[in-house]
Amino acid sequence: MKSNTPVVASEQKSNQQISTLRRFLGYLQPYRREIPGALAMVATGAVTQSVGPFLIGWSIDHLIARGNLAGLLQMLALLASIYLLGIVAIRGQILRVGWIMQRLLAQLRQDIFHKIQSLPIRFFDRSEAGDLMSRLLNDVNTVNQAFGQTVAQMLGNLFSLVGIVIAMLSINLQLGLLSNLVVPLMIFTTGLFARWARARFRVTRKTIGELSAKLEEDITSVREAQAFNRVSLNIEEFELLNAANRDANVEAVAITAAFLPSIDFLNTLATAGVLAYGGYLTITGAATVGVVTAFLLYVQLFFRPIQILSQFYTQAQSALAGLERIFLLLDEPNQLQDAADATIMPPIQGEVRFEQVSFGYNSNQLVLRNVSLIAQPGEMIALVGPTGAGKSTIINLILRFYDVTNGVVKIDGIDIRSVTQSSLRRQIGIVLQDNILFSGTVAENIAFGRPNASQAEIEAAAQLANVHDFILSLPQGYQTQLGERGAPLSQGQRQLISIARAVMIDPRILILDEATSSIDTRTEALVQAAIAKLLKGRTSFVIAHRLSTVTQADRVLVIQQGQIVEQGSHLELLDRQGVYANLYALQLGST
Amino acid sequence: MLHSLRAYRWLAIGALLSSLLLTVAYAVTPQLFRWGIDRGMAAQNYPVVLYSAGAMVIAAIARGVFNFGQSFWAESASQGVAYDLRNKIFRKIQNLSFSYHDQAQTSQLLTRVTSDIEQIRTFLSTSLMQVISAVVTLVSIAIILLLMNWQLALITLTVVPLSGWLLARFLRRNSMIFRLVQEQLGDLNAVLQENLLGVRVVKAFVREATESARYTSLNQTLIETNMQTIRAIRNTFPFIFVLSNLVTVLVVGYGGAAVIGGRFSIGELVAFNSYLLLLLQPILLIGFAAPAIAQASASADRVYEVVDAVVEIRDRPGAKEFKTCGGRITFENVCFRYPGSTREALKNISFETKPKELIAILGMTGSGKSTIMNLLPRFYDVTAGSIRIDGTDVRDFTLHSLRSRIGIVFQETTLFSGTIRDNIAYARPDADLDSVIAVAKTAQIHDFIVSLPEAYHTIVGERGVGLSGGQKQRIAIARTLLTDYQILILDDSTSAIDAKTTAEIQAALDQLMRRKTCTSFVIAQRISTVKDADRILLMDQGRLVAQGSHEELMRTSPLYGAILESQVKQERR
Repeated sequence: MKSNTPVVASEQKSNQQISTLRRFLGYLQPYRREIPGALAMVATGAVTQSVGPFLIGWSIDHLIARGNLAGLLQMLALLASIYLLGIVAIRGQILRVGWIMQRLLAQLRQDIFHKIQSLPIRFFDRSEAGDLMSRLLNDVNTVNQAFGQTVAQMLGNLFSLVGIVIAMLSINLQLGLLSNLVVPLMIFTTGLFARWARARFRVTRKTIGELSAKLEEDITSVREAQAFNRVSLNIEEFELLNAANRDANVEAVAITAAFLPSIDFLNTLATAGVLAYGGYLTITGAATVGVVTAFLLYVQLFFRPIQILSQFYTQAQSALAGLERIFLLLDEPNQLQDAADATIMPPIQGEVRFEQVSFGYNSNQLVLRNVSLIAQPGEMIALVGPTGAGKSTIINLILRFYDVTNGVVKIDGIDIRSVTQSSLRRQIGIVLQDNILFSGTVAENIAFGRPNASQAEIEAAAQLANVHDFILSLPQGYQTQLGERGAPLSQGQRQLISIARAVMIDPRILILDEATSSIDTRTEALVQAAIAKLLKGRTSFVIAHRLSTVTQADRVLVIQQGQIVEQGSHLELLDRQGVYANLYALQLGST
Repeated sequence: MLHSLRAYRWLAIGALLSSLLLTVAYAVTPQLFRWGIDRGMAAQNYPVVLYSAGAMVIAAIARGVFNFGQSFWAESASQGVAYDLRNKIFRKIQNLSFSYHDQAQTSQLLTRVTSDIEQIRTFLSTSLMQVISAVVTLVSIAIILLLMNWQLALITLTVVPLSGWLLARFLRRNSMIFRLVQEQLGDLNAVLQENLLGVRVVKAFVREATESARYTSLNQTLIETNMQTIRAIRNTFPFIFVLSNLVTVLVVGYGGAAVIGGRFSIGELVAFNSYLLLLLQPILLIGFAAPAIAQASASADRVYEVVDAVVEIRDRPGAKEFKTCGGRITFENVCFRYPGSTREALKNISFETKPKELIAILGMTGSGKSTIMNLLPRFYDVTAGSIRIDGTDVRDFTLHSLRSRIGIVFQETTLFSGTIRDNIAYARPDADLDSVIAVAKTAQIHDFIVSLPEAYHTIVGERGVGLSGGQKQRIAIARTLLTDYQILILDDSTSAIDAKTTAEIQAALDQLMRRKTCTSFVIAQRISTVKDADRILLMDQGRLVAQGSHEELMRTSPLYGAILESQVKQERR
């Protein structure tokens, strides 16, 4: 009774697959007018391809065997025109099915993109989110590959398979049934091999995963390996994993290499059966040589579609798994919506007020507890505290990436939940630790929040951020193309550009998450000066990691376990000899 | 690339032989049809029909065996080649000098070991095999057809050059479009990825609509390019198919007339038709293998670029073992320039250490203080001048012995995925737990480790428990302490550790340094870390500008005074 659970699991799995498939087919809805036409083309193409042997067999019996040359020529003219009709149908099929599939896949990609934009920030904060995301790109590619080019081919093969079966049964029922006897056997064999192959491929995936992990670690730490004389040991370990991967692959190929010969064998069994039984029928006069000939051609034609379909089966399996994950993503709940009566945030003066704010990602575990604070317009507030204390949460609440669980966040006395998110965020600037830039020109990156800004405005922002001269030194100046995540700029240069990006929108409230990693001294000085200019005259919240920052701040808030435990200026707090003084001695003091 | 196959020549020969026999087995089948029809059915000879059916099954078994042999042996050989290549490239990567790795990108090296080698492997096991067996099939079928009826054969074989030409034209015209599709798909994915990583920035700058528009327009472009490829497919493949169809019609027409004229049998006509089916497949295979050849040779170039790279830092001929250290390390007029850089990182550095001395090297970022210590274990070789240990140039020692006597704690700590114990025992995987605990105690990290639920067996690294910068540094110190060092180098190793613990580590280390090492170096940016050293070397812009004890330097070096002042002031603020 051990086998019970897997059976149930696989049933659930196939149910899941069916519902995934159904949902995918839902994407065909907009094309319901085009589908019958496309299917007709596919069917016509398949029929024209499978009618040939039938006509040839018939010709052998009724024309060639009877010496009717004129009739043969007429028949061949008919066959040629059928083939020419076929070319028209196949061309039409390729174009129409391709057109529908390309639009369908583009729609799927578009949906994914929109979904990602409308997911709540919380989704991205969850740890497993990153994992899901890295798989996502993969999944989209798999689905593209499986359904992009091959779908028409598959449909065509399916149709010709059906066409061939019908033709065989109608030419001679007995021979038809005999040769179709192997079909269930073929299906069974395919399933069996698929199961074996899945198990083997699981092992190959595991071994290649281990190999890549080892590889990546040993390449990034090659300096340690050399310094600690670990090189030969690393090589030994690598060779073991490498051999395991090789062996797993060879074992897997033993299965896949046996698959096609097995199908071929079954197919030949059918052919031989047709020949033997058909031969018997011709000798007894129950069938003609032409019929048997047609059958022999059909049985051979049979093999290819089955071979192609079974290859597609594995591809379709992984595509379905990919689709499943994509749909899982699409089903995630959306971000918080603007209130129905949300108004436009008027120009911000800069007073930020937290009144008894509590917040938790789930209600029984609060990250912030009863936090109250007032930042006056133009005030610089430094947030200090250990990782996980709630500094980032305060910032997330000001930007309304999350809504408070209790209490209220007000800007200029207005509850931020009563205004639209876009009108609020448009007036808040942020400079984050990781300084993510986007592919595009330098100018486009600076004008990120105001895509219509003029060149003069962009340069003015760059000048304020101390990055103008650097940009001019680039080969194409402001038009220099940046790669993914701002490659090839250094950390410090990216930081300067992200400051310019914040300057560009002239925010009334500024949020700054200081970078912890060190950058070279000269750039560091430029960054500090640029930040000082940016902060001037704006209400600002700074997650501080540097001594110079806390000393500049008008007020330092010390956050610990979701609460503000101390506040005051740097010197006041030092004098108090409390949490801050301690933190300072431990963290800030040592660098 | 083919050279690498040599070790697996028997497997490769087996695969080729199987492929030849497979072709024969395929070619035999239609002859069996002919036999069964002409001599069996037409001649009312039932035993012959049965024999031909039986022979067909035997042929199928033979086909199965050869087919399996071909794919299995080809795959095994190619897996073997990939295995050898991976080992080779990995060994090279592990041995290439720091200067190579400074300029190489990890991701690119990774691609070479993984996808480039896989590309080569697929080429060997699939494309190469396919091309060979396709050529063999084409040739042998052509011969059979010519033998059966040369007029019909000539009609039939016209399909080969014609469809070959169509296919070549298709590939030539469209390889650019296919590449374009890949590029555009890459661009599209890049935008998606950026929006994933930068989701906060996008939302904070209210860029959703613009980003959406950007994605939509790229998506639209991709559809259009994809449609171009679809049109190209539409303009080629239906014609190839119809070509073979029309040839069938011609064969039946001409052959039918010949049968009527009594010059050809029905069985021969059927067999002929069967060969037509076998003819189209190899042409398509060759066509599609062509781009794979180009890809594989590009991959092979990239792989061999690494495999053939020169390891700059190697043992000299006759290099000797570095056994014990007397403690006299001499830098004489050492100059150094990083490969590819125009600026000298070190200019004319000269100094000599005394046995048991604790040397501190102080300087700002970029002053060259870490570079000095990279030269001692020969991570780089000097550009000019020389470095000697007890009078022997470091280049005359074997690398292995030299590096095993130098313990170094890097500025940046790398944790490996594995347990804490594995991480500490990195250089000596066979070390027993007691010695691991002993060094962890010296590095002041033992108490922390035992406070973890699984103590020394706690998994750290990418998938494990996250450690703070200070904890990582202490593990790195412990790791180094477990080696057979006689010279110890600490490169800013306590920058993330709080002052109190640093002091404790320092105290423990001081003892150890005096006892176990012949010379120790501490590299630092802060004066508080270095003031207890026997001697401080002050670096500025690649030059050694002053040396002496803390007190001496305070008196004599204006730069030292300035640094001291700025650091004290900052602390006081």
